[in-house]
Amino acid sequence: MNKKTGWAGITFVVVALCALLVLAACSKKEETPASSPTAEQPAASAPAATPIDPATVASINGTVKFDGPAPKAPKIDMSQDPGCKGMNEAETYVVTGGDLANVFVYVKDGLGNRTFDVPKDPVVLDQQGCRYHPHVLGVMAGQTVQIKNDDPTTHNIHPTPKDNREWNESQPPSSPAIEKNFAREEIMLPVKCNQHPWMKMYINVVKSPFFAVTGKDGKYEIKGLPPGDYTIAFVHEKLGEQDQKVTVAAKDTKTVDQSFKPAAE
Amino acid sequence: MPDWPTSFGYLIKVPHFVGGVRFEWTHRMLAGSLITLTLAIAFWTLLVERRRWLRWLAIGAFCTVIAQAVLGGLTVLLFQPPAVSTAHAAVAQTFFCIAVAIALFTGRRWVEEQPRVEFDQRRPSLFTLTLLSIFVLYVQLILGGMFRHHGMSWWPHVLNAVVVSFVLAWTAVRALTAYSQIEAVRRPAILMLSLLIAQLCLGFTAFLTRVAWGRTAVQPELPMVIATVTHVAVGALLLATAVILAIQVWRHVPVAFEERLPQAQHDPSVA
Repeated sequence: MNKKTGWAGITFVVVALCALLVLAACSKKEETPASSPTAEQPAASAPAATPIDPATVASINGTVKFDGPAPKAPKIDMSQDPGCKGMNEAETYVVTGGDLANVFVYVKDGLGNRTFDVPKDPVVLDQQGCRYHPHVLGVMAGQTVQIKNDDPTTHNIHPTPKDNREWNESQPPSSPAIEKNFAREEIMLPVKCNQHPWMKMYINVVKSPFFAVTGKDGKYEIKGLPPGDYTIAFVHEKLGEQDQKVTVAAKDTKTVDQSFKPAAE
Repeated sequence: MPDWPTSFGYLIKVPHFVGGVRFEWTHRMLAGSLITLTLAIAFWTLLVERRRWLRWLAIGAFCTVIAQAVLGGLTVLLFQPPAVSTAHAAVAQTFFCIAVAIALFTGRRWVEEQPRVEFDQRRPSLFTLTLLSIFVLYVQLILGGMFRHHGMSWWPHVLNAVVVSFVLAWTAVRALTAYSQIEAVRRPAILMLSLLIAQLCLGFTAFLTRVAWGRTAVQPELPMVIATVTHVAVGALLLATAVILAIQVWRHVPVAFEERLPQAQHDPSVA
């Protein structure tokens, strides 16, 4: 046995393991700064809302279309949990007669430094039939999201945000609703259930109340907009974002339609 | 499961077996059993083993399995960050290699046989090649783990598969052409080559089911799960085989240094 070679081998293994540990340490997830507000602690001293003259407000509505043949919805196999019963198709693309549902529409730009009151009423996210209702949700930053479990099985709600705090909580059947909020603006924040891998939905956190989600008829409406020049963003979980510029005058009602082309494979 | 070390608030109470819970809970119970067994091996080795280095190796195995448990806990509590989950996967295979090495060192053949020794004069030496094989396999293990845990794209893992294939084939072919008469070297070399071929096929299947066909899957599909799990398991066997080959080469085919052994290239008595 050659001692030098033996020690070289041991040193090599040790160095390789150290490199692995360094890699793990370097790639640690970015922590939320202690001084910044967290999901449970929205900024306490929010500035007063900028007044809007109700006599001049305008509205924007429209229809979002899917420009192409409707993709076939993949089937979900829920047999792993007898407590899961219901529709078994994925909601990635919900297209009815060319109308595209679950598109989040919001005023992306043009509101300047305006601030808005956060609604005191919570937004409800329900788990029923081992699916999230709704599939796409809009909420203002700091607004309460009330998560209910109406299934006879345990769910495990796990949002995986980029800019907000991540959490992961179990919710047994008949347990009280979980109340959470998200402090920072974030579009298409994914939420999954660790227990039922097909359960996915998206929460959109915005700073203004000017947002909507298209229904099965592809329609949306945003009311109460002060007159001005705006960029309206249409965001779909798979098809991405498309923007349109629009100018609304006082008491205007503008129709802004949008269409998405099928995603490139 | 959102908690650790408890499972839904309990240490050993069986939860409602739904979806991934059955796998995660069984994984945790097996991990607990493994820690107990490793502790027993460490105690037993300290009591009966005369070789001091082997006693340290048994203690090292126990420390590794504890580190592995802590990494498992961190990956749960930190919401599965790719780096921590990958470290959890890599340390698991390190522990597996240590366990296999302990089995080898305590086996009857290792203890009783008079090793047949042939000095290696070629450069790079076979021992260097075996170490290089272990290194590229570790890199591959990390890249695969990062891809599986959504921390990296698939292509670095696939690219490194070419490097792994080249290095492992080089090592195995060298071992088989130069030292096939030494059974302790020939057997792991043949096994390593066979596992490499199987692993490449499994990797291709995993790529097809997970990346090419499973891109839009709404939930893990059975072919995807089977291909991926088998690929990981055979990867662990491949790494352990490379470690065994390295140990056997270190024992049977030591590197000859000309300045120290000018006449001893073929003198087995030097060992």
